[in-house]
Amino acid sequence: MKAFADLYRRLDSATSTRAKQAAMAEAFAGARDDPGTRGSAAWMVYFLAGGKPRQIVPTRLMWRLAVEASGYPEWLCEECYHSVGDLAETLALLLPEGVAGEEISLEAWMRQRLLPLPALEEDERYARLERWVDELPADQRLAFFKLITGELRVGVSRLQVVKALAEVAGIEESRMAQRIIGYAQARRTPSAEDFEALIAEVAHGEAAALDAGRPYPFYLAQSWQRPVVEMAETLGLPSDWVIEWKFDGIRAQLVRRGDNWRLWSRGEELISDAYPDLEPLARALPPDTTLDGELVVMHPPPGARPADSLDGLAPFASLQQRLGRKVVSAKTLKELPVAFIVYDLVELDGQDIRGEPQHGRRASLARLAEEVLAQAQARGERLPLRISPTVTAPDWEALDAIRVGARALGREGLMLKARGGAYGVGRRKGGDRTNVWWKWKLDPMSVDAVLIYAQRGHGRRSGVYSDYTFAVWSAGEEVPSRELIPFAKAYSGVSDAEMREMDFIIRRTTVETFGPVRSVQPTQVIELGFEGIQPSNRHRSGVAVRFPRMLRWRRDKPVSEADTLESLRQLLPAKPVERRAGRSSDEGAN
Amino acid sequence: MDLIVPTDRGLYCAAGDFYIDPWRPVPRALITHAHGDHARFGSDLYVCHETSAPILKKRFGDVRIETAAYGEILNRNGVEISFHPAGHILGSAQIRIAYRGEVWVASGDYKLERDGVSAPFEPLRAHAFITESTFGLPIYRWRPQAETLAAIEAWWRGNAAAGRASLLFGYALGKAQRVLASIDAGIGPIVCHGAVEAMNVIYREAGVALPPTPRADAVDKAELRRALVLAPPAAYASPWAKRFGEYSDALASGFMQVRGNRRRRGLDRGFVLSDHADWPGLISAIEATGATRVFATHGAAAPLARFLREQKSLDARVYATAYGEEEETTEAAAQAEAAQ
Repeated sequence: MKAFADLYRRLDSATSTRAKQAAMAEAFAGARDDPGTRGSAAWMVYFLAGGKPRQIVPTRLMWRLAVEASGYPEWLCEECYHSVGDLAETLALLLPEGVAGEEISLEAWMRQRLLPLPALEEDERYARLERWVDELPADQRLAFFKLITGELRVGVSRLQVVKALAEVAGIEESRMAQRIIGYAQARRTPSAEDFEALIAEVAHGEAAALDAGRPYPFYLAQSWQRPVVEMAETLGLPSDWVIEWKFDGIRAQLVRRGDNWRLWSRGEELISDAYPDLEPLARALPPDTTLDGELVVMHPPPGARPADSLDGLAPFASLQQRLGRKVVSAKTLKELPVAFIVYDLVELDGQDIRGEPQHGRRASLARLAEEVLAQAQARGERLPLRISPTVTAPDWEALDAIRVGARALGREGLMLKARGGAYGVGRRKGGDRTNVWWKWKLDPMSVDAVLIYAQRGHGRRSGVYSDYTFAVWSAGEEVPSRELIPFAKAYSGVSDAEMREMDFIIRRTTVETFGPVRSVQPTQVIELGFEGIQPSNRHRSGVAVRFPRMLRWRRDKPVSEADTLESLRQLLPAKPVERRAGRSSDEGAN
Repeated sequence: MDLIVPTDRGLYCAAGDFYIDPWRPVPRALITHAHGDHARFGSDLYVCHETSAPILKKRFGDVRIETAAYGEILNRNGVEISFHPAGHILGSAQIRIAYRGEVWVASGDYKLERDGVSAPFEPLRAHAFITESTFGLPIYRWRPQAETLAAIEAWWRGNAAAGRASLLFGYALGKAQRVLASIDAGIGPIVCHGAVEAMNVIYREAGVALPPTPRADAVDKAELRRALVLAPPAAYASPWAKRFGEYSDALASGFMQVRGNRRRRGLDRGFVLSDHADWPGLISAIEATGATRVFATHGAAAPLARFLREQKSLDARVYATAYGEEEETTEAAAQAEAAQ
């Protein structure tokens, strides 16, 4: 535990990415050179990569510990928690110092102490926990409680863990990224052997050997946010790019290996069971193939159609009804059938082809998809497979016009993929501008809203009023009795400096405090952006917005000039999103 | 009527017709200490401890000030007024008010640990105690000063060895001098921001021994990379800080006890060093007064008062004041002003 606590402290006190990576690399190299510590290192990787074991200690017991071991009343412990914003840290700060006992390795903590805990009676669990904490040196407590809550909040990304491991193993990052997939799943109990497998030398034919149908690390797009006029200069000609729609679905990889198939979401969750509709497609694929694409709900019209026709594409709201379901009824399968819109091919015939250029992979993908569809048709079968249509236009201005039309089609914008680019790992910031995926999204819808409630945040924003509730006016200024109606919460979009300033204003304009929440005098107007808007019976405002975020602090605007419910309602889709594309470049775009 | 009552200008004693640490201009202002949230410009007359006076003059220019030594009794309309060490910063005082056998003490800001600079906190008996409560939550428990200073020295040494300056932010009045007076000045040169140096001058004149603090432009460039730089939080990421090239930065404050407070500032390190009492300090100071009535004034006033009522059976209440958590609030205010 000491090694983990030391690493945690080092990561916590390092602000630069370089320093964090160095700290991790040092810890992993230690385990590489000392087999006795590999079991603990396996767990370190697990936690740093975002692994959370199934709840070992329920929050209820953590609170009991806070209250009983500190000797303070529960309300005071809660006050402390709201001030700290992190339960693990609150406990570490609240509990009295104990008498340090012997050092126990992280692996022993996990395997011998914590993982068996859920099987015990509650009082026995509590008694053990209290005794262990008493024996823990004060400087290991924070790390210990962090293990239990599983929220490390130490500012380490998975990509950094991958880089540090790759450095220690002396192998390529892309290979390490693939090895680590699935490593941090909830139920896993990593062992010394797992750590050894991570840092082992590259074996011949490793890609195919990595069975269990593991996906490849998803290549993520960066956001293109600069004006159209700069595109030609920065990006060159549109013909240098493979341009596609950005779909509002679930990004997924379909992996067919041998007789097995697996569907993985971008969060590296295995979701095959939730989408049995894709089984016939997976079976129809040649063995050892990995497709990357978007999962959508689609009601295919009768009759033949080109492989890249998107007729019958339903809005995201339909897909939402299928999310999070473990068991899917026959009725749901019939009413909300999914299709897989593919846009990349990362493995073909067992070969990792991520290094091939985008246009080459796409050509192979099109060949494969056409072939599979044709074979199915010959069998009289319709597969839920679509090829993502490409979009073409002579210049960026024309593409911009097409992009603006995306909303009417229920799409999020356009994707720009460098023709010559490889399939990378994760999201690269900066780097080579011609070897990237850009997402060129629609400008969000926005309204000017008034801040009316604020709540203290968590993690990096703990203790600061950073979570806001916004309202719009029920009517225009001509109605004296109008009131502010809350319609959205937002946490992101302002800089740290602005947030501190906002925090100061909130404290000075507080009307009432309810636990962690304050109501404030309406004095601040924020331009609030969102990706979508739907009618809703559950909200007093009658609307629900998607992905609300703060775009701009309107210091220039008095509260009286903020927007009204009516201006929000005007943004509602006039009628359900059209299934058939209107003016579309879907057809013949290839 | 109570001897001291809260008003919209500040704590007021009707019997003696004076205010304590008023936040609006008044005819007669008794000042516990010279921090900006306790001593404000505009009153006709200030009454304070003698070592506070030079700081007030530095801040306000030529204003009328009467002073008293610690323990000296001033009499006004039959009200006995005396100043007693609060251990917060140079010249900081608790103000004791005695009238017709009743004793009230207004603590101002205080800490119990000796810092080697300010006169050590003097426990007083009182019927009613008006206490600060900046860190009135049990998560705030300070380590001994020597331990924290050793951590600061280790950080400085490490930076000096790596050839980068160590920028330590902290309140310019009090915190900086506390660090200066106790730190091992042999590690490298110590350079101070102008706001800090102005206060150093006053501390030295009051007889506090501080190591030499040359101006940044008087120190050789190579030497600067081994320097400890003391600056107020407002200098964070400022053009002024750029002159030190590559540096590591840290903030010395009680608020650094909570990780989020450090992390969202993007600081390399946070040292938990406060001139305020921690939770055990507040509770023991309050109990030592023997007061049955307690008024908590700022910071975590509400939870502290509730705890005292429910767990200590004291008649404890919150007095709404405009005293801030000076380290936090003045910083936020400065940023708010800068942004406008």
